Amino acid sequence: MAVTSATRAVVAGPSGRRRRSPVAGYSWSSLLYVAPALLFFAVFVIYPICISVQTSFYEYDGLTLATPVGAANYVAVFTDPSLREALLHSLVLLVFYAALPVLIGLVLAGALSRIRIYGLTFFRAALFIPQVLSSVVVAVAWRGLLAADGPVNDTLRAVGLGSVATSWLGDFDTALPAVGAIGTWVQYGLCMVLFLGGIVGIDRSLYEAARLDGAGAVREFRAITLPALRPQISIALILCITFALRNFDIIWNTTRGGPGTSTAVPSVYIYQDAFQNRALGQASALAVVLTLLILVIVGLVQLALRERSEIRPRSLRRSGGLR
Amino acid sequence: MKVSRTETTLTHALLVVAAIIAVYPLISIVLSALRGGDGSIGLGSFELAWERGGFGTALLSSAFISITVVVVTVAVVSLAGFALATMRVPGGRLMLPILLLGLVLPYEVTVLPLYQLMTDWGLLDTWWALILPQIGLSVPLGVFWMRSFFASVPGELLEAARIDGAGRFETFRLVLLPVAGPAIATLATILFLFTWNEFLLALVLVPQDPLVQTAPLALSFFAGAGRTIDPSVTAAAAVIVAAPIVIAYVILQRRLISGLTEGAVK
Repeated sequence: MAVTSATRAVVAGPSGRRRRSPVAGYSWSSLLYVAPALLFFAVFVIYPICISVQTSFYEYDGLTLATPVGAANYVAVFTDPSLREALLHSLVLLVFYAALPVLIGLVLAGALSRIRIYGLTFFRAALFIPQVLSSVVVAVAWRGLLAADGPVNDTLRAVGLGSVATSWLGDFDTALPAVGAIGTWVQYGLCMVLFLGGIVGIDRSLYEAARLDGAGAVREFRAITLPALRPQISIALILCITFALRNFDIIWNTTRGGPGTSTAVPSVYIYQDAFQNRALGQASALAVVLTLLILVIVGLVQLALRERSEIRPRSLRRSGGLR
Repeated sequence: MKVSRTETTLTHALLVVAAIIAVYPLISIVLSALRGGDGSIGLGSFELAWERGGFGTALLSSAFISITVVVVTVAVVSLAGFALATMRVPGGRLMLPILLLGLVLPYEVTVLPLYQLMTDWGLLDTWWALILPQIGLSVPLGVFWMRSFFASVPGELLEAARIDGAGRFETFRLVLLPVAGPAIATLATILFLFTWNEFLLALVLVPQDPLVQTAPLALSFFAGAGRTIDPSVTAAAAVIVAAPIVIAYVILQRRLISGLTEGAVK
């Protein structure tokens, strides 16, 4: 009996579901299928989050008894000068890790939408390389490139800009933008690949029509390319913003937050507070704030770029199935 | 398309520059590793890095951890995705938004309690300290992936199975799994890449024992301790750690890129 009703649910599919009463059609044995995945998720993701939230209201060194301190750890996140500085650095990095890559991607995508691209597969593969490399490899490579005697400075000297040359990651003034530039490098290829995927799906006749109407490159971009890329822009922003705010690996493996605290970001303090200063309550509060920040910004991006049903480019309808 | 030849050429030039910039740092470490400290060209730096850094065991650790995570994750998320796509799961409407949160979650918020948990279980500095959490953290992506695949399978296929008298698990095993091959392969590639490259979890959960450290972690320690080491040896170590992924990428890039971009947009 259970099997028959379940199979009926299978055949009926999503549209058939709504017609039955909400309780009668439940297939309790389906929980067996879901259970293993949910168990892993609950034990290793949900439970740790709950513990982090709980710990954030205590002062705790990981060894002795924890003392409840109310919201003091959260107050510290927003009043402690070094933590506020770290949040500020995160906002600066948002420009480098999210705004710049998306802008570069859009400009190039706009140019590429106007022509027939030769060797697309090859270019896509090359542009995507920074995404597959381990962040530690990326950090080691860029430490070499940006070193005092590295290729970047060599190039600057060669073109007569030797006075600008510096130890980019070791200088108080340049370390944050230098770390930011690495992030731009990691992400712009991803944005371009996403946008290229969107462009391929745009109906070419739209461009023909626009040109017959006498539209120039800029109007073409604003009227056709940009609206059609809305879902890709939204996902690119979400991926880049999450990457920017989570950013631990690249900073840890290039500057460790230094020199001084000039590249310190929340995730560096979370690690240091937890495993070096043994201030677990403070680290947890910072981690919770970081999580909420990411959720809020991702939510805002989705809201801002939400798709309006009346403008629905063809590319979207086609991206329904997997390859 | 009526676009001038000049524009076509210029735009391609722009694309070439963008591609060169994307690849150049990788090329630079290969060149720097080959050049060697004394200016001679050879593989000496690679030998030194391999000997001193213990990258043989690190690569094996990474491979074992990543493969285990992929196999277990694919198994559990296929079952869950199948159920969520084709059955009325009690609480199913609640599960999806919670899993969605898991997709954007920073690992920073889970890593501290995980450290405590693994210490309590006596698993710190073992492969399992990385494998178990990485499965949990891979579940959201995997469930969404497989659910959307199973939801896209034509209903006629399932009906045919029902008419032939197949039970639910038989339908899953004999009808759906065989057609899910490509979707599973892409998911496995993505999960493998994420697991292989994960750094923060490795730094926190297997910090002490060089025998279980992953390749990126071993590289981080090697490069961090190496201010006195010849930069070409550090570069060689980075090439050693990057090589398996880059080789796999060259073979699988089509599947990986289309999977990641299309999956993401969905």
